[in-house]
Amino acid sequence: MIVAEQKPLDEIKSLVGDAEKVLVVGCGTCVTVCFAGGEREAAITAASLRMASKLGGKEKEVTHLTVQRQCEWEYLDPIAEQVGEADVVLSLGCGVGVQAIVEHFPDAWVVPGLNTSFLGLPTEQGVWAERCAACGDCLLGLTGGICPIARCSKSLLNGPCGGSEDGHCEIDPEVPCAWQLIYDRLKAKDKLDVLSELQPPKNWQTSRDGGPRKIVREDLLLRAEEEA
Amino acid sequence: MSATSSDNGYLSGSNLERVLKAGHFAVTGELGPPQSADGEVIRAKAKLLKDYCDAVNITDNQTAIVRMSSIGAGTIVVQEGMEPVIQMTCRDRNRLAIQSDLLGAYALGMRNLLCLTGDHQNFGNHPTAKNVFDIDSLQLVQIVSNMRDEGVFQCGDAFAGQEPRFFVGAAAAPFADPKGFRPYRLAKKVKAGANFIQTQLVYDVEAFAKYMEKVRELGLHEQVYILAGVGPIKSPGMARYMKNNVPGILVPDELIERMTEAGAPWKDKKKDELTKEDKQARSKAWQEEGIQICVELIQQLKKIEGVAGVHIMAIEWEEAVKPIVEGAGLHPRPAVEAAAA
Repeated sequence: MIVAEQKPLDEIKSLVGDAEKVLVVGCGTCVTVCFAGGEREAAITAASLRMASKLGGKEKEVTHLTVQRQCEWEYLDPIAEQVGEADVVLSLGCGVGVQAIVEHFPDAWVVPGLNTSFLGLPTEQGVWAERCAACGDCLLGLTGGICPIARCSKSLLNGPCGGSEDGHCEIDPEVPCAWQLIYDRLKAKDKLDVLSELQPPKNWQTSRDGGPRKIVREDLLLRAEEEA
Repeated sequence: MSATSSDNGYLSGSNLERVLKAGHFAVTGELGPPQSADGEVIRAKAKLLKDYCDAVNITDNQTAIVRMSSIGAGTIVVQEGMEPVIQMTCRDRNRLAIQSDLLGAYALGMRNLLCLTGDHQNFGNHPTAKNVFDIDSLQLVQIVSNMRDEGVFQCGDAFAGQEPRFFVGAAAAPFADPKGFRPYRLAKKVKAGANFIQTQLVYDVEAFAKYMEKVRELGLHEQVYILAGVGPIKSPGMARYMKNNVPGILVPDELIERMTEAGAPWKDKKKDELTKEDKQARSKAWQEEGIQICVELIQQLKKIEGVAGVHIMAIEWEEAVKPIVEGAGLHPRPAVEAAAA
């Protein structure tokens, strides 16, 4: 899932600025599951903004709602009226959600209430950890299903570097060394021979380094004649 | 050793390569460039190291702190009549910049190269910087070996003219985790094309001997020159710091005790009772013991089969190299003529 966390209230207040009518839009997918921008967080954020503005001397009209999936335009159609009435839309979606609203409602002024952090999973109650860097060329098949791009601080393909100690990365004792994990797993699976292969420099074109990415599936395109 | 493609039987013809190929026990040193544009700092350090090392490593923004570039400082070292080992990390440059800089380095007279991944920028003075790590150290070894032996850039394009012919080095961390994998990762560096290896600091000779046993079992000592890393300890505090805080460095308690013992004459004085003279004298006693330990380590390492030399790391204490090399009986350094091959 996409993991995000809320921006500090002070930052949100400054992003909202002088707007009188504020619409807080939560999202029912990833950010609900990571407790950053679901219905509950949208309600709390709206209440906090209302209270803060009241204390500031000029109470804002803050409403909130949550869409099932902020990152798809069709899910945004039902909130067109509320968006149209708001001076500012505070999106509690991920960065995709914010931009989906902007693109779908060009007249609206939209600001982000979250910092989109990473693609990851919950490892225990209240803890989320990064697992995927969306590099576009998955090599988990070479590393026992543990991603060195997302989980090694240097994204090494021929790790571990000399900074691996007692299973953790030298940058922080709280960070597990991805290459220790890979080594342990391949050893347990009796597949250490995989590690003797020298991995060549990666093609980063499929990652962000190749520019903004787009996937076109010819088989799924609505053909011109069908559309007409 | 590995295949040669030059006319004289050498890969690069560097002094370091000639010394190693002639079978001498090699000595390399380390020179840390200043955090300034002052070339005199390099000249002064080069003078301290010149007659005591076969080549001197010039670090590349070590610990991710911005310093004069390795190639820039290396050029001054060449002017001083000494041979540099250019260190090149993958942290700050992508594959284009690395290859381009190496063409320049070769044109400026540099012949030895140490390929490193590079310390993470979190440790340095620009922790908010973007890192590169487009390639890793093993891939870098392969790229520069291919430049020399195949005459091609990383993309596969052939050189239109002179190819850079470096004596290609890599680092090894024998005591970092996972320990079981370390000899095999060294094998991987050899497979990538490494000609020489400089190891992380060795203080635990017994542990290193065990590592070398495995290295010999894999036949690596016959394919690559291994220079064991050593460095003088300045104080008991430094020894304890390395033991407790630096990954991949083992410092036996016995050495910490020896360092502590060297400062024993001052141990009954409380911190505020120590005069400036006391501190200077204690520091001198520690340093003498640190140098003596280093000499003994070299003598022990020299006896291990497959150790082709030592890499003395005395950054910001370059004065220590002379007494260490002399004390270990490694002075004067051999002169091997290029024609001797």
